[in-house]
Amino acid sequence: MSVSVRIPTILRTYTGGQAEVPAEGATLAEVIASLEQNHPGIAARVLDDAGKLRRFVNVYVNDDDVRFEGGLDAATPDGAGVSIIPAVAGG
Amino acid sequence: MAVQAVESRTSAPSAFGPAVALSCRECGERFDLGPAFACLSCFGPLEVAYELPAGDPETLRRRIEAGPANIWRYAPLLPVPADVADRPNLEPGLTRLVKADNLAAELGVTGELFVKDDSGNPTHSFKDRVVAIAVEAARAFGFTTLSCSSTGNLAGAVGAAAARAGFRSCVFIPHDLEAGKVVMAAVYGGDLVGIEGTYDDVNRFCSELIGDPLGEGWGFVNVNLRPYYGEGSKTLAYEICEQLGWRLPDQIVVPVASGSQLTKIDKGLKELIALGLVEDRPYRIFGAQAEGCSPVSRAYKDGHDVVRPVKPDTIAKSLAIGNPADGPYVLDIARRTGGAVEDVDDERIVDAIRLLARTEGIFAETAGGVTVGVTRKLLESGVLDASLTTVVLNTGDGLKTLDAVAAGPTATIRPSLAAFRAAGLAAG
Repeated sequence: MSVSVRIPTILRTYTGGQAEVPAEGATLAEVIASLEQNHPGIAARVLDDAGKLRRFVNVYVNDDDVRFEGGLDAATPDGAGVSIIPAVAGG
Repeated sequence: MAVQAVESRTSAPSAFGPAVALSCRECGERFDLGPAFACLSCFGPLEVAYELPAGDPETLRRRIEAGPANIWRYAPLLPVPADVADRPNLEPGLTRLVKADNLAAELGVTGELFVKDDSGNPTHSFKDRVVAIAVEAARAFGFTTLSCSSTGNLAGAVGAAAARAGFRSCVFIPHDLEAGKVVMAAVYGGDLVGIEGTYDDVNRFCSELIGDPLGEGWGFVNVNLRPYYGEGSKTLAYEICEQLGWRLPDQIVVPVASGSQLTKIDKGLKELIALGLVEDRPYRIFGAQAEGCSPVSRAYKDGHDVVRPVKPDTIAKSLAIGNPADGPYVLDIARRTGGAVEDVDDERIVDAIRLLARTEGIFAETAGGVTVGVTRKLLESGVLDASLTTVVLNTGDGLKTLDAVAAGPTATIRPSLAAFRAAGLAAG
């Protein structure tokens, strides 16, 4: 499964400044592993020491917040758009 | 715009008064003051760190009391320049702290009960406080457009502040807000964009816009200016204590949307204690949510320290944030201070709006109905101590949420004494 991942400004140092990068994987966990392969270091920014999504990171697959869709087990269909967004905005 | 990690405290630019750095609430890493909101290391929220004025508390107290009759009297404690009061701004704050004896009697409160009525601000909600600080940060960073994601009140506050301070504004709201809030947001001449989705969708959109060339150079008050913006809510804590005669309330009931306001009220109270402006003694902070959007209350009751997002469904649209950014900190503070987080359903919210109006002449928006409703519920359950000094926040004006309260004339009659007599409303 090929997906497109939107990278927030604070992680673009890992992607050479690119705002959007391709990745592979049928689940979010696989997509993050794929990102890590191509952009070493990025996974540790998104996941905590226990390998879970950090509490101040929001991830969306298309328009769905993955916290409603099984977290790291959320399916990432072919062609999906994945967005990683800092959770501290708003309100 | 990138920020740099700093190894040690840097000297503060005068544009930010006593503020010296941005500090991550999660990992403690420090960064230069800049338009940033998330920690480069752990994504945690950044907040303003200060070198607050040292010295005799009595001197500082007198300086504050001699200051302007608005939030700028507290400028020595805020990330703003010393001459902030002279710049074009809406001069928010110093709203009424109403001693609510009638409401107290109705609720069985034997101690003192106060309502901090922030509907008295220039655009009729507490948002004028936070926006005023964000505007100063926007000036310092050279932004010329102000923006925000909003549940309504903030859009109006940004529009008005931008008009007064000479910024362009472009604000984003869910498409289905109350008419009063839409008009309030649109009337100031800036651009208002309705987004087809919930507030959380709007917020996500703005977070993406900020990393895109389309949003280049924009100051989003509650995104890239959020660390500064949030500090404005500290002034609620300062005012409450000053209006109580430089005294901490025992209990304070605060509405929870993103949770930012509650965390900053706690920060403000702690600062007053640290500065010696109030006596150091315990206070309890209570969070109030609408049942139809109660992710923080649910987490509190379940004993969790993380908040599971929900899809909001409540009349309290100004509190309808299903994914509250500061939710985990609200849980920490409620537990640390011996408070709680509670919720009430829409029927109780409307009842509470009517109760506050009937007893104290204050017409609150739905968020005020939430705090009064939760206060009543917590008094009934004994969680709030009825014998202590309690402050309840009303953060907005009922005129913005008229549809929530179906109210109309008691009677409609012909202009004659006979008709009035027949209506049964005459004296005695």
